[in-house]
Amino acid sequence: MKRLALILLLLATPLMAVQPDEMLDDPVLENRARELSKGLRCLVCQNESIDESHASLARDLRILVRDRLVEGDTDEEAVAFIVARYGEFVLLNPTVSGANWLLWGAGPLMLLLASGVGMIYLRGRSKATAPGEEPLSDQERARLDDILRQ
Amino acid sequence: MITELGHFALILAFLVAIVQMVVPLIGAQKRWHSWMAVAEPAAGAQFALTAVAFGALMWAFVVSDFSLRLVWLNSHSAKPMLYKISGTWGNHEGSMLLWVLIVTLFGAMAAWFGSGLPPTLRARVLAVQSAIAVAFFAFIIFTSNPFLRLDTPPFDGQDLNPLLQDPGLAFHPPFLYLGYVGLSMAFSFAVAALIEGRVDAAWGRWVRPWTLAAWVFLTIGIALGSWWAYYELGWGGFWFWDPVENASFMPWLLAAALLHSAIVVEKRESLKSWTILLAILAFGFSLIGTFIVRSGLLTSVHAFANDPERGVWILMIMAFFMGGALVLFTLRAGSMEAKGVFGLVSRESALVVNNLLLAVSCFVVFVGTMWPLVAEMFFDRKLSVGPPFFNAAFTPFMVLLGLVLPIGSVMPWKRARILRAAWPLRYVFVLAVAVGGLAYAMQTGRGLIGPIGLFLGAWLVMGVVVELIQRTGRGPDRLGRLTRLPRADWGKAVAHAGLGVTMAGIAGLTAWTMDDIRVAQIDQPWSVGNYELTLNSVEEVRGPNYVATMGVLTLSKNGREIAQLRPEKRFYPVAQMPTTEAAIDYDLKRDVYVVIGDQQNNGGWTIRTYIKPMTNWIWIGSALMALGGLLSLSDRRFRVGAGAAARRKEDDIAPVAAE
Repeated sequence: MKRLALILLLLATPLMAVQPDEMLDDPVLENRARELSKGLRCLVCQNESIDESHASLARDLRILVRDRLVEGDTDEEAVAFIVARYGEFVLLNPTVSGANWLLWGAGPLMLLLASGVGMIYLRGRSKATAPGEEPLSDQERARLDDILRQ
Repeated sequence: MITELGHFALILAFLVAIVQMVVPLIGAQKRWHSWMAVAEPAAGAQFALTAVAFGALMWAFVVSDFSLRLVWLNSHSAKPMLYKISGTWGNHEGSMLLWVLIVTLFGAMAAWFGSGLPPTLRARVLAVQSAIAVAFFAFIIFTSNPFLRLDTPPFDGQDLNPLLQDPGLAFHPPFLYLGYVGLSMAFSFAVAALIEGRVDAAWGRWVRPWTLAAWVFLTIGIALGSWWAYYELGWGGFWFWDPVENASFMPWLLAAALLHSAIVVEKRESLKSWTILLAILAFGFSLIGTFIVRSGLLTSVHAFANDPERGVWILMIMAFFMGGALVLFTLRAGSMEAKGVFGLVSRESALVVNNLLLAVSCFVVFVGTMWPLVAEMFFDRKLSVGPPFFNAAFTPFMVLLGLVLPIGSVMPWKRARILRAAWPLRYVFVLAVAVGGLAYAMQTGRGLIGPIGLFLGAWLVMGVVVELIQRTGRGPDRLGRLTRLPRADWGKAVAHAGLGVTMAGIAGLTAWTMDDIRVAQIDQPWSVGNYELTLNSVEEVRGPNYVATMGVLTLSKNGREIAQLRPEKRFYPVAQMPTTEAAIDYDLKRDVYVVIGDQQNNGGWTIRTYIKPMTNWIWIGSALMALGGLLSLSDRRFRVGAGAAARRKEDDIAPVAAE
């Protein structure tokens, strides 16, 4: 009977990501597992996390993550366990290490650079005089003040 | 026969495009009017011929002519008519034909509506636009010809990917292409202006409607695609930061930047070289998008069956147009002198900040998208860059953008004091902070995404209201003045409010989604959040080209029935592919999203239930943004700007615009 159940399980095309039979009874552990799964890539899919994927490999990974958590691993240990077996490719959130500094720093650095260039441009614009437009002479300025005061 | 006519028309269009690329360009250089005049009829002819070719292909799909290889591969006689038609562009060859059809359509529109342009500029714009068409005609004819026949026509076709058989997706590609390709017009204007060596306020006014149109189409296309992903892929995600999605998002960001910087060119004759660069880059990102989708360089859920040869072609097209335009830019950019003078605090500066944030956020998306490739090539690391990165690295720029937008948009031109400009906004700022604080207090978790999103949404929408009230000035008849505001002002207001609504929706959905997975037995109710669900029955149903298992569920709240939900699990026998059809109870406050899975050994069914708050705000906001763009596009200024005489008159009446 157990065998039949297994065969049926394998035959069924899993159409859903997380299956009820995978889920842990402890809601806290299950929640942690769900959060971790969202950051792990399904290796045979295209840009899907194992939490979303229908593939059987993703299911295996989900069960693996849950097993590790049940064993008492912390989140970091569980992820490290998966990375040690499947490589960095499995992480949807790239680590901040080595050359990845460039990736994470790209935005802030570019903003800094662009703000610098923008500032120089704006300063230039605010100091420039429009062509064909002379600044007021002292006389003109005094007369303007007079008019405005009235 | 019709197929051969289409094929012939395509080749003729290619030849016409070559003539239109060369003759007007020489004519404009030599000031030969007869040569320049070739452009206009050529643009019309090119469009008509391409339309004939496209029509012929569509006809083959409609009548299911399986002697055509493309139709055999992507269609089936039992498919509903809508998907036979949309099948025309649901594949690589057909979508490239649609792409080039839109290139020629924009060319023809520029010819028809461009009578107010200086003749040399017009000839050059049409020549550059035609050069783009030539490249893609060659690409289609030599690598991806849709009109190839099979020696022995098979009895029936292989069907379109069932995931693509959906009304939302049927119209997603055309809109997206209208957007992508619409940016080719801005590109053509930019390159023509560089050849011409002249960029002035009038140029800004001519470029803006095209950019605005492209941006509106991109907005609609992206929103449709995201909506489709939401209800079709079965787990209710709306954005996956997939390379192909990013490929459409980057041009959208740059188009948004471009249509703002073009305002500065138009009103203040500054930011000229930056605007030209943006126009070049925006189309460049459209080409990069095409390249990513067709080459298979980056793995993606969207990629068509791709092959490297096509990738190399598109890479060459991209290198030619981007390289050429950027070289021209470095040669000529120096000659574009800015005229307008403005203070550090001014509307101009605010628009520069808008451009900075949009361009840098586009850069972040670009780096994130390309990084796996770079890391593998140069650092020998095989890694992924997924949603967590983009959410962390991209979102702060949008938060900043939302924060400064209402202040920037009430800032006066030329010179302003920041406090005085922002002073009228003080009450709504406090109110918006209160909304965010309330959200923080009421939520169960401690997340900041939801509260920040609601704060930004409230800030943007109420900021728009304050701005509109301010525009009515003082004294009597303020309501009348409000209704008489130029359409461009209404467009700006509606689009900005739409952005706020979308931001709030995204934050709400991301922060407060609830989900539940369980094996449900028939007639045994369970509850998710405040809602109760009961699985009444599970039926086998038969569609036109699929069979499905359909669950019938009752959704109720406090004992009162709200809706019947019918999620399906479909199987398409021809394509041998299963799909899920979620059942969604739509509501402004929240969606209840139900998916049915497999039957379990104990007779129960796997059911996933999600409560997704504020989801519809995302699409409503997108629709508002698109509507705002359309309102702005219908502004009198653009319509009147068509004729040279009319424009001169307008300039006399409104000297402000020509400062």
